[in-house]
Amino acid sequence: MGHGAGETRRDFLQLTAGSFGAVGAGIALWPFVHSMNPAKDTLALSTTEVDISPIRKGQSITVMWRGKPVFIRHRTEAEIEEANAVSIADLPDKQDDAERVKKDKDQWLVLVGICTHLGCVPTGQKQTETRGEFNGWFCPCHGSHYDTSGRIRKGPAPKNLALPPYEFLSDTLIKIG
Amino acid sequence: MGSGERAEFKNPVVSWIDERLPVFSMMQQEYGVFPTPRNFNYFWNFGAIAMFMLVAMIATGIFLAMNYTPHVDMAFDSVERIDRDVNWGWMLRDIHMNGASFFFIAVYVHIFRGMYYGSYKKPRELLWILGVVIFLLMMATAFMGYVLPWGQMSYWGATVITNLFSAIPLVGDSIVTLLWGGFSIDNPTLNRFYALHYLMPFVIFAVVFLHVWALHICGSNNPTGIEPKGKQDTLPFHPYYTMKDTFGLLVFLVVFCVFVFYAPDYLGHPDNYKEANPLVTPPHIVPEWYFLPFYAILRAITFDVGIPGTEIVFISAKLGGVISMFGSIGLLLILPWLDTHPIRSARYRPKFRFFLIVFLVVFVMLGYIGSQPADATLFGAPLTLLGILSTTYYYGFFLVIIPWLNNTEKGKDLPKSIHDAVLEDAREAAKG
Repeated sequence: MGHGAGETRRDFLQLTAGSFGAVGAGIALWPFVHSMNPAKDTLALSTTEVDISPIRKGQSITVMWRGKPVFIRHRTEAEIEEANAVSIADLPDKQDDAERVKKDKDQWLVLVGICTHLGCVPTGQKQTETRGEFNGWFCPCHGSHYDTSGRIRKGPAPKNLALPPYEFLSDTLIKIG
Repeated sequence: MGSGERAEFKNPVVSWIDERLPVFSMMQQEYGVFPTPRNFNYFWNFGAIAMFMLVAMIATGIFLAMNYTPHVDMAFDSVERIDRDVNWGWMLRDIHMNGASFFFIAVYVHIFRGMYYGSYKKPRELLWILGVVIFLLMMATAFMGYVLPWGQMSYWGATVITNLFSAIPLVGDSIVTLLWGGFSIDNPTLNRFYALHYLMPFVIFAVVFLHVWALHICGSNNPTGIEPKGKQDTLPFHPYYTMKDTFGLLVFLVVFCVFVFYAPDYLGHPDNYKEANPLVTPPHIVPEWYFLPFYAILRAITFDVGIPGTEIVFISAKLGGVISMFGSIGLLLILPWLDTHPIRSARYRPKFRFFLIVFLVVFVMLGYIGSQPADATLFGAPLTLLGILSTTYYYGFFLVIIPWLNNTEKGKDLPKSIHDAVLEDAREAAKG
């Protein structure tokens, strides 16, 4: 430690003590902040098994996963074709339909049913509901249109409808989460 | 707060206490003989009115809390029980519910008065900033309070507003999960909102104390915007302004009571009498009226900011909306340094006054835009266009017009003193 320019051993001690105290206070704060994160029981509820055999072609069901709606749509050939016919370069969030379904199971589309804009639930699960201009889903809050692959096509939402992690346990049973 | 000589009190108990803790002296100095400009108009009532509303909100809130259950399965029913079964519960709830609106009315008038008469200017900058902090705390408190009845608007309003934080790059989603305490708005969210909704009013109360303290250091502004120069310019706060404030408060409360007793749900949304349902979004989500102008600014930004002709985006439309909304309040914070014109009161600044009144009209317009569905039109013009134009004026007023007026507006001649201005008004009136 230099003694020139008014720097003293005391300055050094004050700085070290001060930073040590600040780090300590920061560490003491963490348990309080982290207590607000999802608790263990909330995390434990994070898988759901769904029997998809009753869903006819063209129908959709909504199941709850982690308190959120998950859309499972049994797509028709026409809908799959429509999803594949799009030129990827024109999409706001570029994704091929094949990336959004499981291999050889492209009739099953599984999505988190939450608009990527501000979190509303889009309509279009029932055939009587508005499906928007691209025949998929439509968010009534701020007017986002999703296509038959759940990709954003028009409106303020920045991203495609999210895909939850899921796997096929058998041909008729999927596990979400 | 107080300083200086301690007054003599005749009552021996009062005197005994005052020698040990001079609360009576302080009250006498700050609210008894406190020298106050003699020319206040009724705009100066709204600070006291806002103060009354804060106390009324805390009082009714504490008693409502005694009957409220912060659990997703019971919250909605417990509020209905307050309305139907708890003795006078309906009245406490209606006062609290409409009280929020009337608190905001008082505060909006109070803020506008500050802008009109230049009350934010030196030496009252910190006083003004504390006021903006109170306004922000009120917004947070009102938002969390609105979630508690756990109706459809509560739930979906909370969803939309908490999702705003997901616009923050990189850490946005983690912040949202932290706010929710889960993966969607759920019981942990309701619990923490309740805890914070109970806490925040006391934080507001503390900041109000600082606000009033700062006010009593530099004294009140007044409609002329010139400082009192002597005894002839001021009146003791009591009885002159205690009476004027009480009168104004009573008039305000008459209007308030009309709403509480005859139209308690007029300012609310019917959708909030449906219990929250995470699977169904109401077709049209709108915040309470007092947030509408800011909601319109949020929605006005529908474009990404990036390099044109490329895919590079610096600020997405969503983040842009969030920044614009918070920025619009941030502008209020720096207003004392944007407006450096030496004349305070808009009375003597005709140009500033014109643009300020246009600003008020635009602000109300933004409120209307915020209340409408995103794809609505007005006289054939799409509201999104009006939204972006109004937002541009809002920002332009602070960042272009005010700095421009600093250098160009000459302003009218100021009266020599408050006393002179008052006498001049009286002479004009006598002439008829």
